[in-house]
Amino acid sequence: MNEVSQQARRGPSQRNVEIGVALVTGLLGAVTMIGSWQVGIGWGVEGPRAGFFPFYVGLIIAGCSLVNVVKAASETPVGDLFADYGQLGSVMSVMIPTAIYVAVIPYTGIYAASIVLIAVFMKWLGRYGIALTLAISIGVPVSIFLMFEKWFLVSLPKGPIEDLLGL
Amino acid sequence: MEDVVNLFHGFAVVLQPFNLAVMVLGIVLGVIIGVLPGLGGANGIAILLPLTFSMSPTSAIIMLSCIYWGALFGGAITSVLFNIPGEPWSVATTFDGHPMAQQGRAGEALTAAFTSSFVGALFAVIVITLVAPLVALFALKFGPAEKFSVFFLAFCSFIGMGKEPPFKTLVSMMIGFALAAVGLDSVTGQLRLTFGFTDFLNGFDFLIAVIGLFGIGEILLTMEEGLAFKGKAVAINPRVVWQTWLELPRYWMTSLRSCLIGCWMGISPAGATPASFMSYGIAKRISKRGFNFGKGEIEGVVAPETAAHAAGTAALLPMLSLGVPGSPTAAVLLGGLLIWGLQPGPLLFVEQKDFVWGLIASMYIGNLVGLIIVLTMVPLFAAILRIPFSVIAPVILVICAIGAYTVHNSTFDVVMMLVFGIVGYVMKKCDYPLAPMVLAIVLGDKAEEAFRQSLLASQGHLAVFWSNGLVGSIMALGLISLFWPLIQGAWSRMRARPAS
Repeated sequence: MNEVSQQARRGPSQRNVEIGVALVTGLLGAVTMIGSWQVGIGWGVEGPRAGFFPFYVGLIIAGCSLVNVVKAASETPVGDLFADYGQLGSVMSVMIPTAIYVAVIPYTGIYAASIVLIAVFMKWLGRYGIALTLAISIGVPVSIFLMFEKWFLVSLPKGPIEDLLGL
Repeated sequence: MEDVVNLFHGFAVVLQPFNLAVMVLGIVLGVIIGVLPGLGGANGIAILLPLTFSMSPTSAIIMLSCIYWGALFGGAITSVLFNIPGEPWSVATTFDGHPMAQQGRAGEALTAAFTSSFVGALFAVIVITLVAPLVALFALKFGPAEKFSVFFLAFCSFIGMGKEPPFKTLVSMMIGFALAAVGLDSVTGQLRLTFGFTDFLNGFDFLIAVIGLFGIGEILLTMEEGLAFKGKAVAINPRVVWQTWLELPRYWMTSLRSCLIGCWMGISPAGATPASFMSYGIAKRISKRGFNFGKGEIEGVVAPETAAHAAGTAALLPMLSLGVPGSPTAAVLLGGLLIWGLQPGPLLFVEQKDFVWGLIASMYIGNLVGLIIVLTMVPLFAAILRIPFSVIAPVILVICAIGAYTVHNSTFDVVMMLVFGIVGYVMKKCDYPLAPMVLAIVLGDKAEEAFRQSLLASQGHLAVFWSNGLVGSIMALGLISLFWPLIQGAWSRMRARPAS
């Protein structure tokens, strides 16, 4: 990659992200070890106790994460980007609506939330007209409703709107 | 001989009208899944699993395995026409498949890809038919130590044979084991690693992990790359198919070699993706026209497709005969067996003959039906890819959320799916492999149980894993595959020395 394009692209470096990931996995390893230690990692009357196996699993995670931190710090080429801010923006434009979608499902049910999710995507990212947006954003959840609830008899989360409609 | 009778009985089961219908449905759904970004064999089957709860186990496995064959076929369509590998194992197919499409030979490339897929799968199914019953018979004698050694071998070959850095593979795998350990300890009945959160009592379900890691993670990756589909038009007519078929027998050596590579890589859980790359690489080195690879050589389509499909199919061999899945998709199928109330492992061949031989028979017929369906319906499937991503992405997100919810009827699982999705995106970007994590979540409890039972029998001495020839040699194989890169390096240095 030449200098010009490197200046044009800004974002978190691959090296820092890799170190961050390795630190997080190391933490996970430590948490696993602590949790295992709490239930006993030794040898009881019933043989190896409940924490025996996961303790060593945690130990390996922690150990390998340490190696990964060192390797990431020493081997990742300087200047490599994890992703530039534009790309991260695109990722966020999917991640944030999805997070909201997931968070509201318990309250609104899955159908209403899905209609809004699809409509937002089509209108905001795809810039479609109202008619097409409405047709698809309502059509897909309705066909899912028919397929799951009517055909395969699998019940999905419902909210106040479905109650109102008596479904 | 008894196996032949069983196989024909299996054919009779598969040819029942209902089973044929679910087969066709499965293949069509599978191809669509294979074509769409964000949906693949593993998470596609995970999402559709709840639809099979009301079916008989045999019909259910026929439908799910046919989704898998369909997904394998579907990957080739996007690779050739759009230069977008729908599945990781079809990356190598883009190298020569897409240049052929650009030269206006898309029909030829697709015919070659589909036919090679079929040949690879057929070869692997024959291997399964002949070998799986023997392996199962053998495995019936396994004690806990032998069982653990098989798990050990499976996981070691991930580390040694995978293309990702070994320490990252190890971390990914061990996090899978840790996640599997959360919740109720199956041996002592004690709660562990829940840290007081009631949502963790039941542990982590691997189906949620599969849907999140592969589904949501893939959508995020696709978003980052900013996909613009620019496809080549295709029309497959019988004349092109016939001409390509006449040409294909010329590459029988490539085909046979790719079948063998595929079967080997599929049985040892290295998987379809490395198999396709390896097969392509070797074909390029050996072929007389190797210099032209990458510019639209039909042999460059035959090699990876044959190997990928052979590996994908062969991955079911250890799943059926040992209860150890060879790929994430096989792991999901194994999860299905548990849900339908079947115990995976060698006993299946004794207690569930209808089921096992029905599945094997469906592999023969399913792949043939699949070949016919994809050859006749390519333009239709290609049209799906022309649906813009801003429409397809939210629909896939909704489908993933439904899939995650239906596993346990829990909205907490939908939250976990998103968490796994973000984790999957970051892991993919940092070169951590996802498959070992998924397999460890599936097999964690079983591996741990086998390990603890063996230690219990030996009063805590690790020597139990070397106590007889069988367990010792499986463990040794495991260690060899664990350190394979080092062994290979040392070997090539030794060979290089006399030359220099």
